[in-house]
Amino acid sequence: MKWSFDILVVGAGPAGIAAAVTAAEAGQHVGLVDDNPAPGGQIWRKGAHLPATAHQWQARLDASSVVRLHGWRVFDCPEPYLVRAERNGSWPAHPDTEIDENRGCAELRCRALILATGARERFLPFPGWTLPNVMGAGGLDAMVRGGLPIAGKRVVIAGTGPLLLAVAAHLAARQAKVAVVCEQASLSRLARFAVGMLTEPAKLWQGARYRMTIRQTPYRTGSWPIAALGRDRLEAVTLQQGGKRWDVPCDYLGCGFHLVPNIELPDLLGCRIEDGFVATDAMLRTSVPGVYCAGEPTGIGGVELSLLEGQIAALAASGNIDRARSLARQRRRRLGFVRALQQACALDPHLRELPEEDTIICRCEDVRHRSLHDHATWRDAKLQTRCGMGPCQGRICGAAAEFLFGWHAGSVRPPLFPASVSSLVSPREPALADESLVAANALHENAKETP
Amino acid sequence: MSEAARSIPLTVNGTTVRVAPGTTIAAAVLLAGDATRVSVSGEPRGPLCGMGICFECRVTIDGVPHQRSCQIICSSGIRVMTDEVLKGSGGTGTP
Repeated sequence: MKWSFDILVVGAGPAGIAAAVTAAEAGQHVGLVDDNPAPGGQIWRKGAHLPATAHQWQARLDASSVVRLHGWRVFDCPEPYLVRAERNGSWPAHPDTEIDENRGCAELRCRALILATGARERFLPFPGWTLPNVMGAGGLDAMVRGGLPIAGKRVVIAGTGPLLLAVAAHLAARQAKVAVVCEQASLSRLARFAVGMLTEPAKLWQGARYRMTIRQTPYRTGSWPIAALGRDRLEAVTLQQGGKRWDVPCDYLGCGFHLVPNIELPDLLGCRIEDGFVATDAMLRTSVPGVYCAGEPTGIGGVELSLLEGQIAALAASGNIDRARSLARQRRRRLGFVRALQQACALDPHLRELPEEDTIICRCEDVRHRSLHDHATWRDAKLQTRCGMGPCQGRICGAAAEFLFGWHAGSVRPPLFPASVSSLVSPREPALADESLVAANALHENAKETP
Repeated sequence: MSEAARSIPLTVNGTTVRVAPGTTIAAAVLLAGDATRVSVSGEPRGPLCGMGICFECRVTIDGVPHQRSCQIICSSGIRVMTDEVLKGSGGTGTP
C-alpha cells in the first residue's frame, strides 16, 4: 500500500489545519503530516487556554476526512510530489530486537503540496545562554504546556516581539513570579508600531489584556540580558537598559528575539526565497509548480493571516479560484501588519556585541565566537570549525550568525532532520498499528462510499 | 498539581518520576532535576526551543539514543537515560 493524496499539507499549525480542512471540505483526499505529537503548531499548543478560533478549527479537523500523521518529521522531499517522513519516538520494545515494527518511515505521494512549516524563535548568543533553564520565550511556554511546573518559580522574559507579553501573561496566570519583561526595541519604535496598529484593534486589545495580566511586572524597553549566571544551571541573569546593569535572581529565563521562518523544506524543493521568506503569488503558489506555501514562511504575520493563507492555498490547489481570490483580497489588507511587525522587531545593532570571545555560538558543536569571527562566509566557518554541522543543522546558530556576521546560512540538503539509516534506505508506509491513522482512513473510506 | 493527577510512572536515570498524562519527556527530565545532555566540551544542557528544532533535549529512551524529548509524550514504564549517566558527568563524546 502506497500513501497517496490529492493534497498533502506539511505542518499542522493554524495555516496547515486551515489548508487541510478547507481542501478536505472541498472534496479532496488530504494528508496532514506534522512533527509535533498533536495538532495546533506552537501557537495553539495544548496545555493552556486556547481561543475559540482554535477550538472551531480543531472541531472541523476532527470532523474532516483528513488523514493525520502527528509526530512524524519530514526528512526528505526528493521530488515535489513525494515526501518522506519518519515517526518520532518509535523505539523497539526490546533494544536488542532487530525487527522494529514500530519504527515507521512513510512515503507520501501527492498531486499538490502545501507547505505550512511555521517559524521558530531567533536565539542570540550571550555569555551563559547555554546554561540549563535558559530557554526561548516560546520554548519556556512550550515546556510549561508540556507539563513543566512553573507556579512559584521566578522567571525573566526577554528578547523581542509580541510573543514576550503573551508568554509572560500565560506564565503569570500559572502563578509564576515574572520578575521583568525586557524588550530590546526602543520605546519610540514600539510607540510607532502601536499607532500603526490602530487599524487592528483586536490585536491592540489583546496586547492590553496581556499587559493587564502582568501589571505588577516591569516592562522595560531598549533592554536585554547580557549574561546568564549559574554553575550547572541558571541562578540569575544580568540585565541591561541603557547604561544601567543589574542582576535578577531567577529559575528560568525565556529569551527569544522574534521569529525566523522554517524554510528548509521549501528551499530544498527549489522554491524561490526572497529576503529570507518563501516567495509566492496571491494564490500562495511558490515558484515550483504544484507547491504552495502558507503561514509564517511567507512572512511573519500571526494566526489570522496564517488561517487566511492556508485557506487560499487549499482553495487554489483544489481549483476553487473564485473563492481563493476573494480571500486573497482579505489577505492583501493584512500584509501591512507583516511589514510593521518586522520593523518593530528589527534588532538593535548593539546586540551584536553580546557574545564574548569564549561564548558558544554553535551549541551542537560547541564552536565559540573567537573561532568564528575571522571567517568570511558561513561555508568557510562550517568547513573549518564544524559550526552548523551538528544535529540541528544550523537552525539555531545560522540565524544568529546571519545577524552577528552578516553570513547567509544557506545550502540545505537532505536529510532535513537526522533520520535512521533504515529510513534513509527503505521507505515504508506508516505502521498500521497507529489507531488515529486507521480511524482517519476508515472515515475517509466511509466518506467516499456515501453518495 | 495533585499527586493523583500524576498517574504516569517512568524512570529518569533509574529514578522513578510520576507525571500527569500529556507531559513531555523533556518536562519529566527537568522534573527529575537532570540535564538532558552533556555537550561535546562537557557542559550540561537543557531544552532550549521546546519545539523539536534545537536538539538540546535529546535523550536515550528505552535504549534508543538521540530522541528529542520535547516532541515525545511520556508513556508508562519508559526508561529515560541522559548523557550525565551514560557518559558520566562532565564527560565528553560525540553526540
